[in-house]
Amino acid sequence: MVEMAKMDGFFTPEKIQHLVADVLQEAKRQGATSAEVDVAVNKGFAVMVRMGDVESIEYNQDKVIEVSVYFGKRCGSASLSDIRPEAIRSAVEAACNIARFTDEDEFSGLADKELLAFNYPPSDLYYPWDITVPKAIELGLECEALALAKDKRITNSEGVSVSTVEVLHGYGNSLGFIGVIPVTRHELSCVLIAKQNDEMQRDYSYTVSCDPSGLDAIQSVANTAAERTVRRLGGRRLATCTTPVIVFAEEARGLLGHFVSAIQGGSLYRKSSFLLDHLGKTIFPKHITIDERPLLPKSLGSSPFDDDGVKTCPNVFVKDGVLENYSLGVYSARKLGMQTTGNAGGVHNLFISPGKHDLAGLMKKMHKGLLVTEFMGNGVNLVTGDYSRGASGFWVENGEIQYPVEEITIAGKLQDMYGNLVEVGNDIDKRGNIQTGSILLEEMMIGGD
Amino acid sequence: MNNFFEIARQDLLVPAGLTEQQLQKVLSGVLGNSIDNADLYFQSTYSESWVLEDGIIKGGSYNIDRGVGVRAMSGEKTGFAYSDDILMPALENAAQAARSISRQGGDKSVKALAWTTGHELYLPINPLLSLSENEKVALLQRVDAFTRKQDPRVIQVNVSLAAEYETILVMASDGHLAADVRPLVRINVSVVVEQNGRREHGYSGGGGRIDYRQMLDNDQAFVYAKEAVRQALVNLDAVEAPAGTMPVVLGPGWPGVLLHEAVGHGLEGDFNRKGTSLYSGKMGQQVTSPLCTIVDDGTLPNRRGSLNVDDEGTPTQCTVLIEKGILRNYMQDKKNARLMGSESTGNGRRESYAHVPMPRMTNTYMLPGESTHEEIIASVKKGIYAANFGGGQVDITSGKFVFSASEAYLIENGKITRPVKGATLIGNGPDVLTKVSMVGNNLKLDSGIGICGKDGQSVPVGVGQPTLRVDALTVGGTARG
Repeated sequence: MVEMAKMDGFFTPEKIQHLVADVLQEAKRQGATSAEVDVAVNKGFAVMVRMGDVESIEYNQDKVIEVSVYFGKRCGSASLSDIRPEAIRSAVEAACNIARFTDEDEFSGLADKELLAFNYPPSDLYYPWDITVPKAIELGLECEALALAKDKRITNSEGVSVSTVEVLHGYGNSLGFIGVIPVTRHELSCVLIAKQNDEMQRDYSYTVSCDPSGLDAIQSVANTAAERTVRRLGGRRLATCTTPVIVFAEEARGLLGHFVSAIQGGSLYRKSSFLLDHLGKTIFPKHITIDERPLLPKSLGSSPFDDDGVKTCPNVFVKDGVLENYSLGVYSARKLGMQTTGNAGGVHNLFISPGKHDLAGLMKKMHKGLLVTEFMGNGVNLVTGDYSRGASGFWVENGEIQYPVEEITIAGKLQDMYGNLVEVGNDIDKRGNIQTGSILLEEMMIGGD
Repeated sequence: MNNFFEIARQDLLVPAGLTEQQLQKVLSGVLGNSIDNADLYFQSTYSESWVLEDGIIKGGSYNIDRGVGVRAMSGEKTGFAYSDDILMPALENAAQAARSISRQGGDKSVKALAWTTGHELYLPINPLLSLSENEKVALLQRVDAFTRKQDPRVIQVNVSLAAEYETILVMASDGHLAADVRPLVRINVSVVVEQNGRREHGYSGGGGRIDYRQMLDNDQAFVYAKEAVRQALVNLDAVEAPAGTMPVVLGPGWPGVLLHEAVGHGLEGDFNRKGTSLYSGKMGQQVTSPLCTIVDDGTLPNRRGSLNVDDEGTPTQCTVLIEKGILRNYMQDKKNARLMGSESTGNGRRESYAHVPMPRMTNTYMLPGESTHEEIIASVKKGIYAANFGGGQVDITSGKFVFSASEAYLIENGKITRPVKGATLIGNGPDVLTKVSMVGNNLKLDSGIGICGKDGQSVPVGVGQPTLRVDALTVGGTARG
């Protein structure tokens, strides 16, 4: 088979540090009173196989430099993909030019120096995958063959993709802080089509890790993808009704994602969150605690510093149901008259306290209701908390799955969904930045026939 | 040949000292490898954005991205690599990586290059330079002041201005050589209103392949400002939307996102080549109500979704997708057209040089029918009038699609009675479109705000439709209907 073309001249952390320092130096030379620089470079490849053959091989190699310059309290920014000194010089010039036309913003500027992550701990996210393109193709073909053989109703495939990428992310500012985090990300995903009479259904499974040894076996990805696809066949609609709902772990992540968005500084100072002025108030039941753990080894959400260069810390956002902290960066914190929580750019490995049941246990507890395995659309209004989305999943009776359900809507208010949350399962999906089990909710409105 | 090529050559090739002969050599090098087809795609994008928030010009950014993508195709296989340096060694590296898709020997050669003349749907202008920085800032400030003056309940205003100047040059082994220079501007107005402790959000915006000055000339920015405030205020009074299946009237313009989701994606060539779309194999069959004629048209002057040539160098066209309910055409790029034995329809698009082209929509809309908007509303005894939408999503395999109403009203006995809260509407593409029972005579295109995402790639698109009545669609409200 084919050989991977040489990708020479890739960056080292030292080279990124020098690049950041050079851009900062250029900003200073052009008269900026302060500046900050973000650099991300990556290289990798992705192969896609489909129906027993190679569909595509893509090589990736990108670099992006973003620079913000400050003249007192006025700010301008620029970004570029070119690291030649003359290109950097003109990008900094463009940023400085913009700063001449922006207004003084009393809240703008770098973080206070004592908050910066000087001497940050080394991150544990860099495990290159020693895999060639032909090997990746082989792996993909093997996975697809296993999946296609699993059930004769699986008649087609959208393919198996195998990808690996190395990323170096650097941040530095004119207070002397420069940090670089090397990260690897490896992924295998399998998308299948099942057919029965005139009906077609598609579903997928994937595994992702910074460490190749942390990836699930291809047999397991193939099995899960095949099972998930086939079990959707014969979906029915429901009559319009109210019913308790379990949101499957993979989708429960999104449900908590709305919470994360609602406590973010930007939503708050723009008065665009239903959780505005809710600090100290009870928003979840007493048994719920939500926290972040930014330094977990081998977890892709980990980071020793945030997008402001501020040291991250294990924040508790909700304790015993009470909202204890917002998620703030330097700018939004100043706007709100508060302190940054090291969350510029988001949260780092968010956890919600699980109960004692797994998914089967949650279904028993619900007895009768809807298990949602997929949401569609983004009908979530964070200003009001109004929630309305398309859904598919399974109808549960006597604690057991009865039949697949599709083409229905599910609606409520996030305030009520959080406030009346019954239990979080211990079937925690560890693949994302938000780690949660399935979530059992009280009654919601289902729109159907 | 038009002057696009000269602009593209000056911007993309001259700085690196690249000549057409050299590029042809690189392309031949990719081909000499049992590759059916190969292409080089040079692109530069200069963009800027300016943001006003809380009454001050908070920030602005200027961005440059340049690079070249090399694609090699062998049967169904695609090899792809790119470089963000437009320089000969980087181009040769990328070419070598792309050709690795096939290792067998071959003796194809690049066809004699000939210029493809595309349309001239917009001027090859750099919109970033169409206003001075002072004028841009002043525009934002005027829109802000105007928006705040609309209503005392407005408590938050965010106005942003963005422009992009993109130059592309494509050279393909089938002899196509094409260039395009694409301006794109956009203004957004977003507001929060408050009344008795209840807050609501409103948004409006628009733009197209024009420069800032053209947008200023017709005071369009102020129309958006008014519209954003109006939407937010309507929602302040909204009651719970009903849940269940009922007749739904969809307003003209942006609600055409229905067509984009319900049929558009399902008619893209790649899904149909792979047989993963529920429209696969249905060519010539009745797939919607006979009242529906739906086209994808990349040739509308100055529209956000329009292109003089697509990203493979094929001139765009107006493709009839569905004619009086009958499925007539898929949207094709070169690869899928070749594999399905048809021609490209000028729908080969890519987010950038760092992404592979695939069949994508341009401006997708339904042609007008006979009914008036008023007749359509009056025909509904009990249902919903969905005047405006957020976005949508589709599963092209099962046909299920959703879209979220951002402004909706109850219709009772043929009259619009009161606003209801935003809700998600869900249906099955083919099924819903067989239930279109009235089509308005009021075709309207959206204001130039669409972004379509597919396989992680975003491209600007347009949608449109006249007022439509769908006899049964499921509404995701919270009130028992």
